[in-house]
Order: sequence, then C-alpha cells, then structure tokens
Amino acid sequence: MTALNRLTMTEALTGLDRRDFTAVELTEAHIAAVATARPLNAFLVETPERAREMAIASDARRARGEAGLMDGLPIAIKDLFCTKDVATTAASKILQGFVPPYESTVTANLWQAGAVMLGKVNLDEFAMGSANVTSAYGPVVNPWSPGAPGAWPRRLVPGGSSGGSAAAVAARCALGATGTDTGGSIRQPAGFCGIVGIKPTYGRCSRWGIVAFASSLDQAGPMTRTVADTALMLQAMAGYDPKDSTSVNRSVPDYRAALTGDIRGLRVGIPAEYRVDGMPAEIERLWDQGVAWLRDAGAEPVAVRLPHTQYALATYYIVAPAEASSNLARYDGVRFGLRVDGDSLIEMYENTRGAGFGAEVRRRILIGTYVLSHGYYDAYYLKAQKVRTRIAEDFRAAFTACDVILTPTAPSTAFAIGERMDDPIQMYLNDVFTVPASLAGLPGLSVPAGLGADGLPLGLQLIGRPFDEETLLRVAGVIESAAAITTLPPFVA
Amino acid sequence: MTYIQGETGDWEMVIGLEVHAQVTSKAKLFSGAATAFGAEPNSHVSFVDAAFPGMLPVINGVCVEQAVRTGLGLKAQINPVSVFDRKNYFYADLPAGYQISQYLQPIVGKGEIVLDLPDGSSRTVGITRLHLEMDAGKSMHDQHPSKTYVDLNRSGVALMEIVSEPDMRTAEEAGAYVRKLRTILRYLGTCDGNMEEGSLRCDCNVSVRRPGQPFGTRCEIKNVNSVRFVQQAIEYEARRQIEVIEEGGTIRQETRLWDTAKGVTRSMRSKEEAHDYRYFPDPDLLPLVLDPDWIESIRTTLPELPDDKKQRFITDYKLSLYDAGVLVAEQARADFFEAVAKGRDAKLASNWVNGDFFGALNKAGKDIQDSPVSAEALGGLIDLISDNTISGRIAKEVFEEMFATGQPAAGIVEAKGLRQVTDTGAIETAIAAVMAKNADKVAEYRSGKDKLFGFFVGQVMKQTGGKANPALVNEILRAKLAAG
Repeated sequence: MTALNRLTMTEALTGLDRRDFTAVELTEAHIAAVATARPLNAFLVETPERAREMAIASDARRARGEAGLMDGLPIAIKDLFCTKDVATTAASKILQGFVPPYESTVTANLWQAGAVMLGKVNLDEFAMGSANVTSAYGPVVNPWSPGAPGAWPRRLVPGGSSGGSAAAVAARCALGATGTDTGGSIRQPAGFCGIVGIKPTYGRCSRWGIVAFASSLDQAGPMTRTVADTALMLQAMAGYDPKDSTSVNRSVPDYRAALTGDIRGLRVGIPAEYRVDGMPAEIERLWDQGVAWLRDAGAEPVAVRLPHTQYALATYYIVAPAEASSNLARYDGVRFGLRVDGDSLIEMYENTRGAGFGAEVRRRILIGTYVLSHGYYDAYYLKAQKVRTRIAEDFRAAFTACDVILTPTAPSTAFAIGERMDDPIQMYLNDVFTVPASLAGLPGLSVPAGLGADGLPLGLQLIGRPFDEETLLRVAGVIESAAAITTLPPFVA
Repeated sequence: MTYIQGETGDWEMVIGLEVHAQVTSKAKLFSGAATAFGAEPNSHVSFVDAAFPGMLPVINGVCVEQAVRTGLGLKAQINPVSVFDRKNYFYADLPAGYQISQYLQPIVGKGEIVLDLPDGSSRTVGITRLHLEMDAGKSMHDQHPSKTYVDLNRSGVALMEIVSEPDMRTAEEAGAYVRKLRTILRYLGTCDGNMEEGSLRCDCNVSVRRPGQPFGTRCEIKNVNSVRFVQQAIEYEARRQIEVIEEGGTIRQETRLWDTAKGVTRSMRSKEEAHDYRYFPDPDLLPLVLDPDWIESIRTTLPELPDDKKQRFITDYKLSLYDAGVLVAEQARADFFEAVAKGRDAKLASNWVNGDFFGALNKAGKDIQDSPVSAEALGGLIDLISDNTISGRIAKEVFEEMFATGQPAAGIVEAKGLRQVTDTGAIETAIAAVMAKNADKVAEYRSGKDKLFGFFVGQVMKQTGGKANPALVNEILRAKLAAG
C-alpha cells in the first residue's frame, strides 16, 4: 500500500496532470494492492497485463495533451459487465468458460474516457443477493472486518450484490468500480463499506452488454470513495445508447459542476414510512443527524408521505424474480458456458441448470416462474405491477413538496458471513430502504455519514427526481463534508 | 350453404386460420442480421439472435412499417399503442428461452378480407388481429444419428401472425382465403408469399357443428405449408371429427399435425399438455407508440389493391368478373395487361394476356419478368390484328414465333409473308377457282344447302394460305354464290 492508493480520483488526476507520477506508476500501485487484497476474495479475474498496457497508452495520450475524463485511473469492473476477451461469469458456474466477444457500452465508455482496467470483481451470483454470499466463487470479505487482515475473528459481508466492487474500492485496490443496482445492489454495499455509490435514473446508463437480472430495474452506476469521484465516473459511464431501447436520449450534464455545496432553500423530504419497526436507534440518530446537517447548510426539512412503502419489498420480490426467470432461460447449455450432457434435450437442460445455478438463483427462478404462471399471473405479477405504479405515484406526489428525499441506506451495519442465511426474508429485508426508488426508476445515492457503535460504516440514502442526479450529488457533498469521516477500514489502516 | 353429409345428418365446418407471414425486410425484427433465404447455416446470426448475455433487442422500424401497411391493406384498425410480450418456453432452437411476440395488445386489430369464390360470388372473412413476432431457429434432426443441429439463420426473422375470425365454412373458402391474403400481401410488398421457402405458413382451426348450432370443440392443425394441404388437412380433419362424434365420442381440444405423406392429421398434444407460456410484457422494449400522422402517410403510399383494381377493370375495360379476377390475382399480371390494353381493345388484350400469353409462360415455366414477349410486343401483335394486317388465326402462329425468338410481330409477318390478303381481286380469283373445282357443291348450296357456306370459306382460306381477310372472303363469297 502506497500513498498512491490513498488518492481520490480527483487527486490522482491532478497528480497525473502535474506529472507528479505516471499512470503506469499509479496502476502498478493498484496492481500490487489487488494482489495484497486477495484474502478479501474481491477479484475474480485480475488483468494486470491489460492494466499495464492501458496505463502506458494513457501516459502517451496525456503526453500528447489528449487525456480523457478519467485518463489513467485504475478501476475494477463488476463481473456482470461483459468485457471483450476477458472471462465474464456473473459469479455463476453456468457461465464457466464464457469469454464475451463484445464489450458492454458502459465499460466501453469508461475505456474511451481513459480508465484502466484492473480486473473483474466478485458479486452475488447473477447479482441476486445482499451480502455477496451467493457467489459461486465464494464470499467477499468486507475490509472493515475487525482484526488483522486474513486473521479475522468475524468475517463481515461487504453487502451485495456489488460486494466485490465495494470491497475493492474500500480496500484501496481501485480508485473506483462499476456496480449495478437492481434493488439496492450499489447503495447497500456502498453503505456497508463506507464508500459512495449512485444508482442513476433508470435509462441513464446503457444496459447493453450487462448480464441481465431484472431488466426493468437493472441500472449501472459508479462506486467510489468520494462524491466528487462518483460525479466524475458517472459522467464517463452515462449516456444514450441506441442499442438499449430503454436508454434515454438526453444529454449528460456536467455532474462535477453540480457540487456547489449550496443547498440553501432546498426542500429535503423525510418520509415517516421509513421509520421501520426494529430499526436500530443509532441508525435513527444518524438519520436525524443528517437532517440537522442539511438544515444547518440552509436546506428545509419537510415531512413527506410515501404510503405504499410497506408493499415495496413484496412487489420487488415478485417483479424481479419474474423477469429473472425469463432472462436466465438463455443459460441452457446449448450455445455458451456450462453444459452437462444428458440423454435428451430436457435432461441436458436439467443437468446443466441444476449444476450451473446456485440455490438463491434457483429459488428466484422458481418464484418468478410461479408468479407468471397461468392462474397466478393476475394475483401476483399483475398486482405487483399495479402496486409498482402506486409506489411511483407516491414519489411523484412527494416531489411536489420536496426536492430530494433523505433516508438511511440500510437498516443495519455489515453483518457476518453466514448470518441471516436461514431465512431468505431476513436477507431480503436489507433492501427495504433501497427497493422503493428502484421500483420507481428514480436515482438513489448512498453516502457515508458515520460509524455505528461497532465501528462499522453507516450510509444515508438520497432519492431524487428522474434525471436529477445533480441534486443528489450536491446534497451528498454537503453530508460528506459535514460527516468528515477519516477512519480507514482496518484492512488498510 | 355447403354441408357435409354424415351418417346421422348434415354437418357444417367452422374454420379459422392463423397465417404466419414473413415480413419482407432486409434485417431481422430485433437485430441487424440479414434475412436472406438459403444461406449457409448460422451465417446470418447476430449476438442478439443467439441470445448472448447482455444482448438487447431493438425494434426494426421497417418491420413495423410493413405491419402497419399490411393492416391498412386489410382495412384494419391500427393500434396507436402496442406491446411486445415474451412467450416463454424452452427449446434448443429458441436461444433466449422466449419468443418476443405481441399478446394482449397487437399492432393491428380488426379488419377484413373479401374472398373470391370459384362460382364468381364473394364472401367477407373477418380479421381478428395481426401481430408482430420473431421466428425461432431450425432444429435439424437428420444430420447425425444421435445429435440435433441447430441453424439460427431464421432466429429473429420478423413474422406477422394474421388471425382470422372463424368465418369460413368450407375447405375451398379456406383455400380462397390463403390465396387472397397472399395476393394482398404481395400487392403490398410486405411478404413475398413464398410457401415453399416457408414465408407463409398456416395453422388451421377446425370444428364441426350441426347447422345453426353453437360452435363445436376445435382442433388446431399446425404449420401447413401449401394451399392444397390447407384444403386437404381441413377436409380430413372435419370428416375425422364427424366420425368421432357420430360414433358417440367427443372432440378433445388439441393441437394436431398434418402428415403430408399419409394425408392424415395426427395428435401432437392435448390442451392439458399445452405449454404455459407465461406471457409478460418484455421489459427490454418500450411499448410501441405510433404517430397517427405517420400511419396516414403510409396509407397514402398504398398501391391499388386487388379488389379495387378488379372493380376498375370491370368498369373501365368492360371485362367480365372472371377475366378481371384472373388478371388481378397477381399484380404483375394486372400491370402487364394494362400495358397491353393501353389504347387498344381491352377485351382482345385480356383474351391474349390470359390466353396464349400465360399459356405459353406456364408451359415454359417462366415468370412474367422473364417473358421473351414484352407487353409492348404483345400490343404490337394485337395492333396487327386490329388493323386487319393479320387474322386472329395467323396471329397465334406469329405469337408462337415471337415467344420462341423474341422478335417483334411486324418483322415476323413481313419475313414470313403472313400479311392478310385484302386485295378483292385476289380473293375473287381464289373464290372463282374454288367454285370451279366444286361445281357440284355450288349447285347443292344454291338448291338450299346453306350449311356448305362454311366449307367454301375453308376452301378459300386454304387456297390463300390462310392469309385472306375472313370478313372480305365472307362478303365476296356470299355474293358470288348468290349470283348464280
């Protein structure tokens, strides 16, 4: 671990521009950190050679005065993004041996901006999970786990599904990482690992080339250590893509310009429905603290109602599995990935999918198949769609009275690997605060706001109007400054 | 009404058809891959068609326009908002594990088709809907003793599924429906209608009932690929159902297959075994929203359709219903006729186009585009008939020569000296010679045996090598014979 690993993206760009160090040096420091951090199991594939080539090319561009937005910045890619000629697994055995002959739009945008690829990072299998414990390649350890690295008394989860991304960034292996968020998969691990993560508005980033979980909810976003870095990386990732019919043709604003620190007169909505039963007092206190910081900065807290919040989790766990059951039908052993032969086509399907999918993925395929079945469709899927509409209407109504909504990111700090495994509902409850914004397609951001009594990070969530990522970033910048967290995760302390 | 006579009385067939028509388009419905027929297996497959991870469908605007055009041609309601759904089922030639189709909200709603029946009558059949969907690939079970090969060239090709109301009552009507639909699609340029290449396939829903009674239970015969087989399959299926019922059985709702070789339908799966397709709106595609102005702009580009054209031919060219019907069955034929008829006797043009011209083309196995005789050339021939340069009989001979050599009519007539003799002196000489040679017959004629007149005409024509103007021969001969 060198000083280069502690830099933010913004600082690193300044250093590169001033020729304090080269992209190659910056990259070497991160390649070394990736190797050191192997006990965290954050990386599924390390690509040091590619990183070095990209860094050399970056230095050359900078020398020619052609440096891009993120030129020379080493980042990690969630292994849900297809990367040309680099194995892509979605942390599933079923994609064993699959090497995409194409590059996802979002990663292509990042390389276009000059970013350097360190490797592919772990996640919950097909992004289905909230603790990164469903990966076929083993769980990821949260770098905030107390104790000496590798000799942890309790190994904590990094959250999920973008657990590898969050751990890699928190452990200073990468300046940033891509994540994807379907019901909280960027925000909750960002909260658990003490970093910033934003799920942009649905349609802001292209889904083309990202292994699909639930198409109407999936959205890519950046995970970084500061709000300014998140603004920078979102800038590089976002944009209209004609190859994704749900991507929105709307220009990308200058997100960094939004970080003015000026939130005077801004109305911050506080939804009473998010004060759920059994929420730890320290989270409630942190939430109140967040409100106080914003008020001190000149914003105006207002109470808002989101009356259908209590139905969001149930709705999500119908809609997402329904879409997943169909999206995952293509993993059939016929064309790519794993094939386990059988004496008939049906037997080959059963053998392949039985061996290739883990328990949580199988569970969700079963749920999804069930809720779409003849005779159950109206009661489950159709009803869920109606509730989803109501939830979106709740937010529309709330945003007539406020400009941004503030909530906790998750109802707890990181828990230990192996906990909450007996009852899937307990695991699903992690997403109780993040799922409603996903269902409504709204942007949501998690920013570190403090530490719990156990010394673990706690995040606050900001939810905004469609395509108003700028307000989220501006408000998050204020919280970040007020919280002024300097504690490092034990893994890098 | 046409009923089938069973052992226990009359039965009526009730038929509805679902036609899958391949949309004429260079690219597939949701990818840029090519659609050309007959390519090497798996040579026209994009990552979208093969359902690789992270691939997304993007609707092909050309296919949407073709569906709208077809809907307008079927005088159907065009739905300003339609939705693509996923129809989920597992099969090796269905890469994504679902087919993208339209279920509850199709792009085209109710319309109609007027059938032209052999007896000259017509019958209107309702169109229930038309929707867009993608085709699956092809499983090839005959390439290896134990393995199946998959060709994905067809995977993702755009189809229009056109569903009729159960309005047909005989197999002939069903055949007429498929033929008429095919004609309309070809006029519109939205489907080439090539049944051999699978561009047009038909699912037949058949039930029987006692006249005037409610509909019976139907069976669906899948994937019938010619008009003849449609009629045979329906005929067989109706008789099978009648037999079952008359023997005290009941019809099970099921899907059946037409066995071309044996000429029978066979059970494929019952209603209980039917797939649960778990339809739901495809979250990768937004609802398809059409601008009414855009729909209207397509309407203005529609060609004259066969029914309108037929009516115009009857009105403007004074053609018979039958002749007009034959001419408009193919747009190329109708266009050819109009080019020939322009400024000429339309009835004569129609007789020539439908008669000798198409007879020769069929015999030679040629399409109208490859005809050695152009419309202009055929018109030239007709001009020679009309201005009495040649007789109709000589014209047939000239036409054969034109068809064989591609030479224009006038040149052949000149070269072969086929010009009609209109010189009265020459005709009189020929008549005199015939009368001299047949003095006995002349006497018979003059004593009242009028029927011999034809004999004399024939002899005079023979004498002149067929070139004498028949009208002149008639006129002069009558005078000479009477003059005795």
